[in-house]
Amino acid sequence: MKRKLRFRFNLKSKHLLVILTLICLTFLAVSFTKGIGPDSLKEAAGFVVIPFQKTIMSINTSFQTAMQTRREKRELVYENQDLKAQVQTLTDQNNRLIQDQYELQELQSLYNLDQDYADYEKVAARIISKDPGNWYHTFIINKGSSDGIRVDNNVISGKGLVGIVTETGSHWATVKAIIDDSSHVSAMTVSTGDNCTVSGDLTLIGEGKLRFEQLYDVSNKVTVGERIVTSNISDRYVEGLFIGYVSEVMADTNNLTKTGTIVTPVDFRHLRDVFVITVNKQDLFNED
Amino acid sequence: MKSRIILFITIVLTFMLQTTLVQRISIGSIEPNLVLIFVACTGILRGRKSGMWVGFFSGLLIDMFYGSLFGFYALIYVYIGFFSGYSHRMFYDDDAKVYLLTVFGSDMLFNFAVYGLQFLLRGRLSLGSYLVHIIIPEVFYTTFLTLIVYRIFYFINYHLMKPVKKESESVWVIK
Repeated sequence: MKRKLRFRFNLKSKHLLVILTLICLTFLAVSFTKGIGPDSLKEAAGFVVIPFQKTIMSINTSFQTAMQTRREKRELVYENQDLKAQVQTLTDQNNRLIQDQYELQELQSLYNLDQDYADYEKVAARIISKDPGNWYHTFIINKGSSDGIRVDNNVISGKGLVGIVTETGSHWATVKAIIDDSSHVSAMTVSTGDNCTVSGDLTLIGEGKLRFEQLYDVSNKVTVGERIVTSNISDRYVEGLFIGYVSEVMADTNNLTKTGTIVTPVDFRHLRDVFVITVNKQDLFNED
Repeated sequence: MKSRIILFITIVLTFMLQTTLVQRISIGSIEPNLVLIFVACTGILRGRKSGMWVGFFSGLLIDMFYGSLFGFYALIYVYIGFFSGYSHRMFYDDDAKVYLLTVFGSDMLFNFAVYGLQFLLRGRLSLGSYLVHIIIPEVFYTTFLTLIVYRIFYFINYHLMKPVKKESESVWVIK
Protein backbone atom coordinates (compact mmCIF):
# COMPACT_ATOMS: atom_id res chain seq x y z
CA MET A 1 0.00 0.00 0.00
CA LYS A 2 2.77 2.33 0.97
CA ARG A 3 4.57 1.76 -2.30
CA LYS A 4 1.58 2.69 -4.37
CA LEU A 5 1.22 6.05 -2.69
CA ARG A 6 4.80 7.02 -3.48
CA PHE A 7 4.91 9.14 -6.57
CA ARG A 8 7.58 7.91 -8.93
CA PHE A 9 8.33 9.98 -11.94
CA ASN A 10 10.35 7.82 -14.27
CA LEU A 11 11.45 9.64 -17.35
CA LYS A 12 12.77 7.66 -20.29
CA SER A 13 16.04 8.94 -21.70
CA LYS A 14 14.51 9.46 -25.12
CA HIS A 15 11.95 11.80 -23.65
CA LEU A 16 14.58 13.59 -21.61
CA LEU A 17 16.54 14.15 -24.80
CA VAL A 18 13.53 15.73 -26.48
CA ILE A 19 12.82 17.94 -23.47
CA LEU A 20 16.41 19.15 -23.16
CA THR A 21 16.58 19.76 -26.90
CA LEU A 22 13.45 21.88 -26.71
CA ILE A 23 14.85 23.84 -23.76
CA CYS A 24 18.08 24.52 -25.67
CA LEU A 25 16.17 25.55 -28.78
CA THR A 26 14.09 27.95 -26.69
CA PHE A 27 17.28 29.47 -25.29
CA LEU A 28 18.63 29.80 -28.82
CA ALA A 29 15.45 31.45 -30.06
CA VAL A 30 15.43 33.87 -27.14
CA SER A 31 19.09 34.76 -27.60
CA PHE A 32 18.48 35.36 -31.32
CA THR A 33 15.79 37.89 -30.57
CA LYS A 34 16.90 39.41 -27.29
CA GLY A 35 20.68 39.06 -27.18
CA ILE A 36 22.74 36.75 -25.03
CA GLY A 37 21.22 34.94 -22.08
CA PRO A 38 19.59 35.97 -18.83
CA ASP A 39 21.69 38.53 -16.95
CA SER A 40 20.79 37.52 -13.42
CA LEU A 41 21.79 33.91 -14.08
CA LYS A 42 25.11 35.04 -15.52
CA GLU A 43 25.79 37.29 -12.56
CA ALA A 44 25.13 34.39 -10.19
CA ALA A 45 27.35 32.01 -12.13
CA GLY A 46 30.05 34.66 -12.37
CA PHE A 47 29.87 35.05 -8.62
CA VAL A 48 30.72 31.35 -8.21
CA VAL A 49 33.15 30.69 -11.04
CA ILE A 50 35.16 33.87 -11.53
CA PRO A 51 36.90 33.97 -8.08
CA PHE A 52 38.07 30.39 -8.58
CA GLN A 53 39.35 31.10 -12.06
CA LYS A 54 41.19 34.12 -10.68
CA THR A 55 42.86 32.05 -7.97
CA ILE A 56 43.78 29.17 -10.27
CA MET A 57 45.32 31.61 -12.72
CA SER A 58 47.23 33.52 -10.03
CA ILE A 59 48.53 30.33 -8.39
CA ASN A 60 49.62 29.13 -11.78
CA THR A 61 51.36 32.43 -12.51
CA SER A 62 53.10 32.62 -9.13
CA PHE A 63 54.26 29.03 -9.50
CA GLN A 64 55.72 29.82 -12.88
CA THR A 65 57.44 32.96 -11.65
CA ALA A 66 58.89 31.08 -8.67
CA MET A 67 60.37 28.49 -11.04
CA GLN A 68 61.71 31.22 -13.24
CA THR A 69 63.33 33.22 -10.44
CA ARG A 70 65.37 30.22 -9.34
CA ARG A 71 66.58 29.64 -12.84
CA GLU A 72 67.24 33.26 -13.58
CA LYS A 73 69.16 34.11 -10.44
CA ARG A 74 72.41 32.69 -11.68
CA GLU A 75 71.99 34.08 -15.14
CA LEU A 76 71.35 37.51 -13.73
CA VAL A 77 74.77 37.86 -12.17
CA TYR A 78 76.48 37.29 -15.48
CA GLU A 79 73.98 39.41 -17.27
CA ASN A 80 74.57 42.30 -14.92
CA GLN A 81 78.20 42.54 -15.93
CA ASP A 82 77.30 42.59 -19.60
CA LEU A 83 74.59 45.09 -19.04
CA LYS A 84 76.86 47.59 -17.34
CA ALA A 85 78.96 47.66 -20.43
CA GLN A 86 75.91 48.07 -22.55
CA VAL A 87 74.62 51.01 -20.54
CA GLN A 88 77.42 53.18 -21.81
CA THR A 89 76.79 52.44 -25.44
CA LEU A 90 73.09 52.87 -24.93
CA THR A 91 73.37 56.32 -23.35
CA ASP A 92 75.22 57.32 -26.43
CA GLN A 93 72.52 55.90 -28.64
CA ASN A 94 69.80 57.44 -26.53
CA ASN A 95 71.04 60.92 -27.24
CA ARG A 96 70.70 60.24 -30.90
CA LEU A 97 67.23 58.76 -30.42
CA ILE A 98 65.98 61.83 -28.61
CA GLN A 99 66.75 63.75 -31.72
CA ASP A 100 64.81 61.20 -33.75
CA GLN A 101 61.90 61.56 -31.40
CA TYR A 102 61.40 65.17 -32.41
CA GLU A 103 61.41 64.12 -35.99
CA LEU A 104 58.83 61.41 -35.26
CA GLN A 105 56.51 63.88 -33.60
CA GLU A 106 56.57 66.06 -36.65
CA LEU A 107 55.86 63.09 -38.89
CA GLN A 108 52.98 61.95 -36.72
CA SER A 109 51.26 65.27 -37.01
CA LEU A 110 51.77 64.94 -40.74
CA TYR A 111 50.02 61.59 -40.67
CA ASN A 112 47.10 63.15 -38.83
CA LEU A 113 47.50 60.56 -36.12
CA ASP A 114 47.68 63.03 -33.29
CA GLN A 115 44.95 61.07 -31.57
CA ASP A 116 47.39 58.65 -29.98
CA TYR A 117 46.51 55.87 -27.54
CA ALA A 118 47.51 58.14 -24.69
CA ASP A 119 44.49 60.33 -25.28
CA TYR A 120 41.95 57.70 -24.30
CA GLU A 121 41.14 56.77 -20.72
CA LYS A 122 42.30 53.24 -19.99
CA VAL A 123 41.87 50.57 -17.34
CA ALA A 124 44.52 47.87 -16.93
CA ALA A 125 43.16 44.33 -16.69
CA ARG A 126 44.47 40.78 -16.55
CA ILE A 127 43.24 37.82 -18.54
CA ILE A 128 41.94 35.13 -16.19
CA SER A 129 40.57 32.50 -18.53
CA LYS A 130 40.16 31.60 -22.16
CA ASP A 131 37.26 30.01 -23.99
CA PRO A 132 37.20 26.22 -24.12
CA GLY A 133 37.88 24.73 -27.53
CA ASN A 134 39.79 25.85 -30.56
CA TRP A 135 37.08 27.37 -32.73
CA TYR A 136 36.74 30.74 -31.06
CA HIS A 137 39.09 33.21 -29.46
CA THR A 138 37.42 34.96 -26.59
CA PHE A 139 38.72 35.46 -23.08
CA ILE A 140 37.62 36.80 -19.70
CA ILE A 141 39.35 39.70 -17.94
CA ASN A 142 39.28 40.44 -14.23
CA LYS A 143 37.65 43.87 -14.47
CA GLY A 144 33.96 44.46 -15.05
CA SER A 145 31.17 47.00 -14.99
CA SER A 146 32.11 48.12 -11.48
CA ASP A 147 35.46 49.29 -12.88
CA GLY A 148 33.74 51.29 -15.58
CA ILE A 149 33.96 48.73 -18.36
CA ARG A 150 31.03 48.59 -20.77
CA VAL A 151 30.08 46.51 -23.78
CA ASP A 152 31.86 47.67 -26.98
CA ASN A 153 34.88 49.00 -25.10
CA ASN A 154 38.04 48.50 -27.17
CA VAL A 155 40.81 46.37 -25.70
CA ILE A 156 44.47 46.98 -26.54
CA SER A 157 47.81 45.67 -25.38
CA GLY A 158 51.05 47.63 -25.38
CA LYS A 159 51.57 46.66 -29.01
CA GLY A 160 48.21 47.04 -30.70
CA LEU A 161 44.52 46.29 -30.88
CA VAL A 162 43.46 43.09 -29.11
CA GLY A 163 39.67 42.99 -29.26
CA ILE A 164 36.35 44.30 -28.05
CA VAL A 165 34.24 43.75 -24.92
CA THR A 166 31.13 41.71 -25.69
CA GLU A 167 29.67 41.04 -22.24
CA THR A 168 30.19 42.43 -18.76
CA GLY A 169 29.53 41.18 -15.24
CA SER A 170 30.23 43.26 -12.17
CA HIS A 171 33.78 41.90 -11.79
CA TRP A 172 34.48 40.28 -15.14
CA ALA A 173 34.09 40.98 -18.83
CA THR A 174 34.24 38.82 -21.94
CA VAL A 175 36.49 40.05 -24.73
CA LYS A 176 36.32 38.87 -28.34
CA ALA A 177 39.80 38.96 -29.90
CA ILE A 178 40.29 40.44 -33.36
CA ILE A 179 41.72 37.09 -34.50
CA ASP A 180 38.37 35.44 -33.75
CA ASP A 181 36.81 34.11 -36.91
CA SER A 182 33.65 36.16 -36.46
CA SER A 183 35.41 39.46 -35.77
CA HIS A 184 35.35 42.34 -38.23
CA VAL A 185 37.12 45.67 -37.81
CA SER A 186 36.76 48.68 -40.04
CA ALA A 187 40.32 49.80 -40.73
CA MET A 188 42.40 52.15 -42.87
CA THR A 189 45.92 52.44 -44.16
CA VAL A 190 48.10 55.05 -42.51
CA SER A 191 49.82 56.54 -45.53
CA THR A 192 46.89 56.77 -47.95
CA GLY A 193 43.87 56.68 -45.64
CA ASP A 194 42.13 54.01 -47.73
CA ASN A 195 39.46 52.03 -45.92
CA CYS A 196 39.28 48.26 -45.66
CA THR A 197 37.76 45.58 -43.45
CA VAL A 198 40.01 43.48 -41.26
CA SER A 199 38.57 40.14 -40.22
CA GLY A 200 39.87 37.19 -38.26
CA ASP A 201 40.45 33.91 -40.07
CA LEU A 202 40.83 30.65 -38.21
CA THR A 203 43.07 29.18 -40.89
CA LEU A 204 45.56 32.06 -40.54
CA ILE A 205 45.71 32.17 -36.74
CA GLY A 206 48.63 29.75 -36.59
CA GLU A 207 50.75 32.22 -38.56
CA GLY A 208 49.61 35.16 -36.41
CA LYS A 209 47.86 36.81 -39.33
CA LEU A 210 44.56 38.49 -40.09
CA ARG A 211 42.78 38.94 -43.39
CA PHE A 212 41.79 42.28 -44.89
CA GLU A 213 39.24 42.79 -47.62
CA GLN A 214 37.78 45.46 -49.86
CA LEU A 215 40.76 47.74 -49.86
CA TYR A 216 40.13 50.33 -52.55
CA ASP A 217 43.55 51.31 -53.81
CA VAL A 218 43.55 52.24 -57.48
CA SER A 219 46.88 54.05 -57.39
CA ASN A 220 48.66 50.91 -56.11
CA LYS A 221 50.26 52.75 -53.22
CA VAL A 222 49.61 50.15 -50.54
CA THR A 223 52.59 47.80 -50.33
CA VAL A 224 53.91 45.17 -47.96
CA GLY A 225 54.81 46.76 -44.63
CA GLU A 226 52.06 49.35 -44.73
CA ARG A 227 50.62 50.16 -41.28
CA ILE A 228 46.93 49.43 -40.72
CA VAL A 229 44.98 51.24 -38.00
CA THR A 230 41.30 51.37 -37.01
CA SER A 231 39.42 53.74 -39.27
CA ASN A 232 37.62 56.98 -38.64
CA ILE A 233 34.35 55.59 -39.98
CA SER A 234 34.16 52.56 -37.66
CA ASP A 235 31.19 52.79 -35.32
CA ARG A 236 32.58 50.49 -32.63
CA TYR A 237 36.35 51.04 -32.65
CA VAL A 238 37.91 54.37 -31.73
CA GLU A 239 40.14 55.86 -34.39
CA GLY A 240 43.85 55.23 -34.80
CA LEU A 241 44.41 51.99 -32.87
CA PHE A 242 47.24 50.05 -34.44
CA ILE A 243 46.24 46.67 -35.91
CA GLY A 244 49.29 45.45 -37.81
CA TYR A 245 51.47 45.50 -40.91
CA VAL A 246 50.40 44.39 -44.37
CA SER A 247 52.19 41.19 -45.32
CA GLU A 248 50.50 40.23 -48.60
CA VAL A 249 48.41 42.19 -51.09
CA MET A 250 46.44 40.65 -53.94
CA ALA A 251 44.16 42.33 -56.44
CA ASP A 252 40.61 41.02 -56.51
CA THR A 253 39.14 39.68 -59.72
CA ASN A 254 37.05 42.82 -60.05
CA ASN A 255 40.26 44.87 -60.42
CA LEU A 256 38.91 47.52 -58.07
CA THR A 257 39.53 46.23 -54.60
CA LYS A 258 42.34 44.31 -52.96
CA THR A 259 42.55 41.63 -50.33
CA GLY A 260 45.47 40.30 -48.38
CA THR A 261 46.85 39.46 -44.97
CA ILE A 262 48.10 41.49 -42.02
CA VAL A 263 50.66 40.46 -39.43
CA THR A 264 49.60 41.48 -35.95
CA PRO A 265 52.31 42.46 -33.42
CA VAL A 266 50.24 41.12 -30.52
CA ASP A 267 51.18 37.62 -29.34
CA PHE A 268 47.70 36.31 -28.60
CA ARG A 269 48.91 33.00 -27.22
CA HIS A 270 50.95 34.55 -24.44
CA LEU A 271 48.82 37.58 -23.80
CA ARG A 272 48.31 38.29 -20.10
CA ASP A 273 47.84 42.00 -19.42
CA VAL A 274 45.64 44.23 -21.51
CA PHE A 275 44.24 47.75 -21.37
CA VAL A 276 40.57 48.50 -21.81
CA ILE A 277 39.70 51.87 -23.32
CA THR A 278 36.66 52.97 -21.32
CA VAL A 279 35.52 55.45 -23.96
CA ASN A 280 33.23 54.06 -26.63
CA LYS A 281 33.14 55.37 -30.15
CA GLN A 282 29.42 56.07 -29.67
CA ASP A 283 30.22 58.40 -26.72
CA LEU A 284 32.43 60.44 -28.99
CA PHE A 285 29.49 60.89 -31.36
CA ASN A 286 27.21 61.94 -28.54
CA GLU A 287 29.68 64.57 -27.35
CA ASP A 288 29.67 66.23 -30.73
CA MET B 1 21.63 13.11 -3.82
CA LYS B 2 25.26 12.86 -2.85
CA SER B 3 26.10 11.62 -6.34
CA ARG B 4 24.33 14.63 -7.88
CA ILE B 5 26.23 17.12 -5.74
CA ILE B 6 29.56 15.49 -6.61
CA LEU B 7 28.59 15.41 -10.28
CA PHE B 8 27.74 19.11 -10.14
CA ILE B 9 31.00 20.03 -8.41
CA THR B 10 32.92 18.05 -11.01
CA ILE B 11 31.11 19.92 -13.82
CA VAL B 12 32.15 23.30 -12.40
CA LEU B 13 35.67 22.07 -11.67
CA THR B 14 36.15 20.69 -15.17
CA PHE B 15 34.91 23.92 -16.69
CA MET B 16 37.31 25.98 -14.60
CA LEU B 17 40.26 23.73 -15.38
CA GLN B 18 39.40 23.80 -19.09
CA THR B 19 39.36 27.59 -19.22
CA THR B 20 42.50 28.16 -17.14
CA LEU B 21 45.02 25.33 -16.95
CA VAL B 22 44.26 23.35 -20.09
CA GLN B 23 45.35 26.24 -22.31
CA ARG B 24 48.80 25.94 -20.69
CA ILE B 25 49.22 22.42 -22.06
CA SER B 26 48.15 23.38 -25.57
CA ILE B 27 50.38 22.18 -28.40
CA GLY B 28 50.66 24.53 -31.34
CA SER B 29 47.62 26.52 -30.18
CA ILE B 30 45.50 23.37 -30.13
CA GLU B 31 44.08 22.48 -26.75
CA PRO B 32 42.26 19.29 -25.77
CA ASN B 33 38.62 19.45 -24.74
CA LEU B 34 38.39 18.34 -21.12
CA VAL B 35 34.72 19.27 -20.81
CA LEU B 36 33.88 16.97 -23.69
CA ILE B 37 35.88 14.14 -22.13
CA PHE B 38 33.93 14.54 -18.91
CA VAL B 39 30.56 14.56 -20.68
CA ALA B 40 31.44 11.48 -22.73
CA CYS B 41 32.86 9.68 -19.69
CA THR B 42 29.73 10.36 -17.68
CA GLY B 43 27.77 8.86 -20.54
CA ILE B 44 29.95 5.75 -20.48
CA LEU B 45 30.01 5.39 -16.70
CA ARG B 46 26.50 6.42 -15.76
CA GLY B 47 24.32 6.08 -18.83
CA ARG B 48 22.40 8.28 -21.20
CA LYS B 49 20.38 10.31 -18.71
CA SER B 50 23.31 11.38 -16.55
CA GLY B 51 25.30 12.05 -19.69
CA MET B 52 22.58 14.35 -20.94
CA TRP B 53 22.25 16.27 -17.68
CA VAL B 54 26.01 16.72 -17.36
CA GLY B 55 26.18 17.79 -21.00
CA PHE B 56 23.35 20.25 -20.50
CA PHE B 57 24.89 21.97 -17.50
CA SER B 58 28.46 21.97 -18.86
CA GLY B 59 27.22 23.45 -22.11
CA LEU B 60 25.16 26.04 -20.27
CA LEU B 61 28.23 27.15 -18.27
CA ILE B 62 30.21 27.61 -21.48
CA ASP B 63 27.33 29.46 -23.12
CA MET B 64 27.02 31.80 -20.18
CA PHE B 65 30.57 33.04 -20.38
CA TYR B 66 31.80 32.43 -23.87
CA GLY B 67 29.00 31.49 -26.23
CA SER B 68 27.83 33.87 -28.90
CA LEU B 69 24.48 32.08 -28.89
CA PHE B 70 22.95 31.04 -25.57
CA GLY B 71 22.05 27.35 -25.64
CA PHE B 72 24.26 26.32 -28.55
CA TYR B 73 26.91 24.37 -26.66
CA ALA B 74 24.28 23.01 -24.27
CA LEU B 75 22.46 21.49 -27.22
CA ILE B 76 25.59 19.87 -28.67
CA TYR B 77 26.74 18.50 -25.31
CA VAL B 78 23.28 17.06 -24.56
CA TYR B 79 23.52 15.01 -27.73
CA ILE B 80 27.10 13.96 -26.96
CA GLY B 81 25.98 12.80 -23.51
CA PHE B 82 23.10 10.91 -25.07
CA PHE B 83 25.09 9.10 -27.74
CA SER B 84 28.01 8.22 -25.48
CA GLY B 85 25.43 6.79 -23.10
CA TYR B 86 24.86 3.98 -25.56
CA SER B 87 28.38 2.72 -24.71
CA HIS B 88 27.21 2.31 -21.14
CA ARG B 89 24.37 0.10 -22.28
CA MET B 90 26.40 -2.03 -24.63
CA PHE B 91 29.94 -2.34 -23.26
CA TYR B 92 31.99 -2.70 -20.10
CA ASP B 93 33.29 0.64 -18.89
CA ASP B 94 36.81 -0.44 -17.98
CA ASP B 95 37.80 -1.40 -21.52
CA ALA B 96 40.21 1.12 -23.03
CA LYS B 97 38.88 0.58 -26.54
CA VAL B 98 35.40 1.60 -25.46
CA TYR B 99 36.18 4.92 -23.87
CA LEU B 100 38.85 5.91 -26.39
CA LEU B 101 36.54 5.25 -29.33
CA THR B 102 33.59 6.92 -27.62
CA VAL B 103 35.57 10.09 -26.91
CA PHE B 104 37.02 9.99 -30.42
CA GLY B 105 33.55 9.78 -31.94
CA SER B 106 32.13 12.39 -29.58
CA ASP B 107 34.86 14.90 -30.35
CA MET B 108 34.40 14.33 -34.07
CA LEU B 109 30.68 14.93 -33.64
CA PHE B 110 31.35 18.05 -31.56
CA ASN B 111 33.81 19.58 -34.01
CA PHE B 112 31.70 18.83 -37.05
CA ALA B 113 28.65 20.27 -35.32
CA VAL B 114 30.50 23.50 -34.50
CA TYR B 115 31.93 23.70 -38.00
CA GLY B 116 28.66 22.86 -39.71
CA LEU B 117 26.44 25.13 -37.67
CA GLN B 118 28.67 28.12 -37.08
CA PHE B 119 31.26 28.18 -39.84
CA LEU B 120 29.72 26.51 -42.86
CA LEU B 121 26.60 28.62 -42.50
CA ARG B 122 28.75 31.75 -42.61
CA GLY B 123 30.19 30.65 -45.94
CA ARG B 124 33.51 29.18 -44.71
CA LEU B 125 33.62 26.32 -47.18
CA SER B 126 37.21 25.11 -46.89
CA LEU B 127 36.49 22.08 -44.73
CA GLY B 128 39.86 20.59 -45.68
CA SER B 129 41.95 23.25 -44.04
CA TYR B 130 39.76 23.31 -40.91
CA LEU B 131 40.06 19.55 -40.77
CA VAL B 132 43.84 19.68 -40.93
CA HIS B 133 44.36 22.73 -38.70
CA ILE B 134 41.72 22.28 -36.03
CA ILE B 135 39.61 19.15 -36.05
CA ILE B 136 42.10 16.32 -36.46
CA PRO B 137 44.75 17.70 -34.07
CA GLU B 138 42.12 18.42 -31.45
CA VAL B 139 40.46 15.03 -31.75
CA PHE B 140 43.75 13.19 -31.36
CA TYR B 141 44.97 15.34 -28.48
CA THR B 142 41.63 14.93 -26.71
CA THR B 143 41.67 11.17 -27.21
CA PHE B 144 45.20 11.04 -25.86
CA LEU B 145 44.24 13.05 -22.79
CA THR B 146 41.36 10.64 -22.18
CA LEU B 147 43.89 7.89 -21.53
CA ILE B 148 45.08 9.85 -18.50
CA VAL B 149 41.97 11.50 -17.12
CA TYR B 150 39.56 8.59 -17.62
CA ARG B 151 41.02 6.88 -14.57
CA ILE B 152 40.25 9.99 -12.49
CA PHE B 153 36.62 10.10 -13.61
CA TYR B 154 36.43 6.33 -13.10
CA PHE B 155 37.65 6.75 -9.54
CA ILE B 156 35.17 9.56 -8.86
CA ASN B 157 32.35 7.46 -10.21
CA TYR B 158 33.07 4.31 -8.23
CA HIS B 159 34.46 5.70 -5.00
CA LEU B 160 32.68 8.98 -4.45
CA MET B 161 29.32 8.36 -6.09
CA LYS B 162 26.68 5.70 -5.89
CA PRO B 163 27.26 3.53 -8.97
CA VAL B 164 24.28 3.11 -11.29
CA LYS B 165 22.75 -0.29 -11.74
CA LYS B 166 23.52 -1.42 -15.19
CA GLU B 167 20.60 -3.83 -15.49
CA SER B 168 18.07 -1.03 -15.34
CA GLU B 169 19.36 0.27 -18.63
CA SER B 170 19.69 -3.09 -20.29
CA VAL B 171 17.71 -3.86 -23.40
CA TRP B 172 16.99 -7.36 -22.15
CA VAL B 173 14.97 -6.32 -19.16
CA ILE B 174 11.30 -5.90 -19.90
CA LYS B 175 10.12 -2.56 -18.60
